[in-house]
Amino acid sequence: MPQVTLTVNGQQHEVEVEGRTLLVELLREKLGLTGTHVGCDTSQCGACVVHIDGVSVKSCTQLALQADGTNITTIEGLAAADGTLHPMQEMFREHHALQCGFCTPGMVMTAVDLVQSHPDGLSEKEIREGLEGNLCRCTGYHNIVKAIAAAHPLMHAEAAE
Amino acid sequence: MGFEGIGASVRRKEDVRFLSGRGNYTDDINRPGQLHAYIKRADRPHARIDAIDTAAAGKAPGVVRVFTGADIAAENIGGIPCGWQIHNKDGSPMAEPMHPVLAVGKVRHVGDPVAVVIADSRQAAKNAAELIEIDYTDLPAVANLTDAVAAGAPEVHDGVAGNLCYDWVIGDKAVVDGVFASAHRVVKLDLTNNRLIPNAMEPRAAIGDYDTSSGDYTLYTTSQNPHVIRLLMGAFVLHIPENKLRVVAPDVGGGFGSKIYHYAEEAIVTWTAGKVRRPVKWTAERSESFMSDAHGRDHVSTAEMAIDKDGVFLGLRITTLANMGAYLSTFAPAVPTYLYATLLAGVYKTPVIYCNVKAVFTNTVPVDAYRGAGRPEATYLLERLVDAIAYDTGIDKIELRRKNFIPADAFPYQTPVALQYDSGDYQTTLNVALQTAGWDSFEARRAEAKRRGKLRGIGISTYLEACGIAPSAVVGSLGARAGLYEVANIRVHPTGSVTVFTGTHSHGQGHETTLAQLVVDQLGVPLDQVEVVHGDTAKIPFGMGTYGSRSLAVGGSAMVKAMDKIIAKGKKIAAHLLEASVQDIEFKDNTFTVAGTDRSKTLTDVSLAAYVPHNYPIEELEPGLDETAFYDPKNFTFPGGCHIAEVEIDPETGVVEMVNFIAVDDVGRVVNPMIVEGQVQGGVAQGIGQALFESAIYDPDGQLLSGSFMDYTMPRANDIPPLSVATENTMCTHNPLGSKGCGEVGAIGSPPAVMNAVVDALKEYGVRHLEMPATAAKIWSIIQSAQPRIAAE
Repeated sequence: MPQVTLTVNGQQHEVEVEGRTLLVELLREKLGLTGTHVGCDTSQCGACVVHIDGVSVKSCTQLALQADGTNITTIEGLAAADGTLHPMQEMFREHHALQCGFCTPGMVMTAVDLVQSHPDGLSEKEIREGLEGNLCRCTGYHNIVKAIAAAHPLMHAEAAE
Repeated sequence: MGFEGIGASVRRKEDVRFLSGRGNYTDDINRPGQLHAYIKRADRPHARIDAIDTAAAGKAPGVVRVFTGADIAAENIGGIPCGWQIHNKDGSPMAEPMHPVLAVGKVRHVGDPVAVVIADSRQAAKNAAELIEIDYTDLPAVANLTDAVAAGAPEVHDGVAGNLCYDWVIGDKAVVDGVFASAHRVVKLDLTNNRLIPNAMEPRAAIGDYDTSSGDYTLYTTSQNPHVIRLLMGAFVLHIPENKLRVVAPDVGGGFGSKIYHYAEEAIVTWTAGKVRRPVKWTAERSESFMSDAHGRDHVSTAEMAIDKDGVFLGLRITTLANMGAYLSTFAPAVPTYLYATLLAGVYKTPVIYCNVKAVFTNTVPVDAYRGAGRPEATYLLERLVDAIAYDTGIDKIELRRKNFIPADAFPYQTPVALQYDSGDYQTTLNVALQTAGWDSFEARRAEAKRRGKLRGIGISTYLEACGIAPSAVVGSLGARAGLYEVANIRVHPTGSVTVFTGTHSHGQGHETTLAQLVVDQLGVPLDQVEVVHGDTAKIPFGMGTYGSRSLAVGGSAMVKAMDKIIAKGKKIAAHLLEASVQDIEFKDNTFTVAGTDRSKTLTDVSLAAYVPHNYPIEELEPGLDETAFYDPKNFTFPGGCHIAEVEIDPETGVVEMVNFIAVDDVGRVVNPMIVEGQVQGGVAQGIGQALFESAIYDPDGQLLSGSFMDYTMPRANDIPPLSVATENTMCTHNPLGSKGCGEVGAIGSPPAVMNAVVDALKEYGVRHLEMPATAAKIWSIIQSAQPRIAAE
């Protein structure tokens, strides 16, 4: 079986995979990182979003082999080593932007990339458009939009430090 | 530590684990030696199974066993049971055909399970399933309601004539017909409540585990009610006694009703785990969810209101066809009867009501309760009908509602359709909503939109629902095969921290926080010293689970009762420790005090004495501080309120933009306002989804056309406006908390508000009614076909 070498949440892994293995299957089944979820089979829901080299990607749309040599961050790797939540995680909690928690990992990873790629600010409309690829059935999105807007200044203030 | 009791918007205890990727959902669980199941499903809606050849599949790499309906039929395995029996108008029981775990003889809907492959990986099982050869003889199929009741329609079940599950009535037809015969005017509306697919974001999953040492079975499942699954599957399907069967529903990623029911896959993994002596796991792919999760709604109705010359409602007459799908799901028969027809008074004084419901089998996925369950169908019908009355008579739609409201001083109010409302104030919720929405200044906004080339409309719905289900004796007399009480076990530990074992189940509702707030309030224990445990039949005495917005009103009330017992026992212990009379002991803020003195003991002093009973009234009192209560509600609860929607339509494209949404709801006592707002926002988004986007579409032959997220439109962030949500509460009078329930109000009140707004926006095109969902294509066609008439005028 072919082998992939990749770094996940700062830790390097060498894993044998079948050619058809999806990145999300590698993460969940081989590495036990079950925080990344599978909510559909058509790349519509975004529950599986992770960062590959800092960019948000639906991990169900990539073969594990395509991730060879990359640096991946999953929801498990977002908080600081001492457990301090990332500002986006903190704002999701503060603004009640999650209910059942199933879409949440993908939603948070998408939101982090969205904020990082808009250093000059994000309008409500831009946030809503930026969530195009993520479905949530619980919240009605209202509080997710609020949380992301609140995280923007915190993340960019942190980045400026 | 700030205020954490009832009324505080404390942040949720469960959030850190969900936000850190440490949730524990069923598919995250893997058991040692686990195998995987893949289910071969019918790819056609109705066919006779002539032969199944599993030989090649059985020899495929990694395959352990293949099972078919013949294997099930050879064992002592029952059909999937239905939990509610409705009686026909002639008194005979409903038709209740067998619902086999794996198809026997025939398949009856696309997605019907036919065979299961057990293999050492999911991929191996799925590959092998491709090798199963099934010889089918296709049979004529029927998918929609009107086709299914037409003369000569194909029969879904042999012996169920006309596909009729039941023909049920409420109200006195002769009396209602008499009122109609002499009424000033009758307003009639035909309407369809579109079929929906719940689509909780977590697909269903189940793991069966068999302990070869003890002979015990464990089922891990995505369920809203693990004890109900244990009861139904253990007693009726697999015949495993409760003491040998544990059901665990760990973190569950949303339910909305679809995870109430006992599904075939739960029985399949449990039974096959026993057969192969290894754990068996099944996780639905989303395509499987679309064709195997119970769908919702799907009614076709004719509604007529008799009115006097001033628009006062004199009588309501309704006929409804309700789709049951191919088999009866757990609660299905109750939805279009006792959760629908009994709600047809709504917030109005309508003195007489008659409703006839025909429940119908079709070659489609079973239909059951979906967020709101019956009450959205009743509310949509009523609130569209009221707007149609306003349209036909020219009476202002607000005045029409006001003059027919049940007044705030009329409670308790007995409706003509069995329910007795305990409290409410519909004028107040209406007034606050009108004010918030700027109703009176709407015409200026319409004119401004017109200048931009947009059609703007505003719509209102004033609604009521019944939840907090339900008094066991009442539902028993109506055909329920279960009681609907709830159970709480409160365990005060030796050093004063508390664990709550609740029979309700949290799958997004935040019970680990709100139920803990009840303990903060009543026992004065800090929130971080309270743990709420749910979802495991091995830990919790019993429970009926979470649906029908019942967890706080019923489950919370059970907790109050159990904590009353804790306090009563604690007083006896404190009296002994303080050498005082029990009658003189008061309990407040975590402390037992001798009335009128400063002599006191904390709850921790008392619990320590209870578990280390050295100085203890051991002759009269058992050690320990651990109490259980079963609470059976005295009535339903009746949340209600007013929703207002504002839309803009682009006449060039027909696209509806939601520009404003206001909800003012009466949910009784609020424990955590932040969570209540979140519940209402989520429900409203599902209601907007039903009104504008969502629809389960079968072709006339029974193929599911909307079978993926690419074909079934789920509301996305850009489809939902900012949601203005507020409460104006009156207290429930019959439970100790005063809470009514908030989980479903959003999905119940909102669809007619949105549709009334869409119809209002299209009024210059002569539109009186439009079926949901109000898609761009539908609206564009209306505008196009009306253009010549408008141009000619």
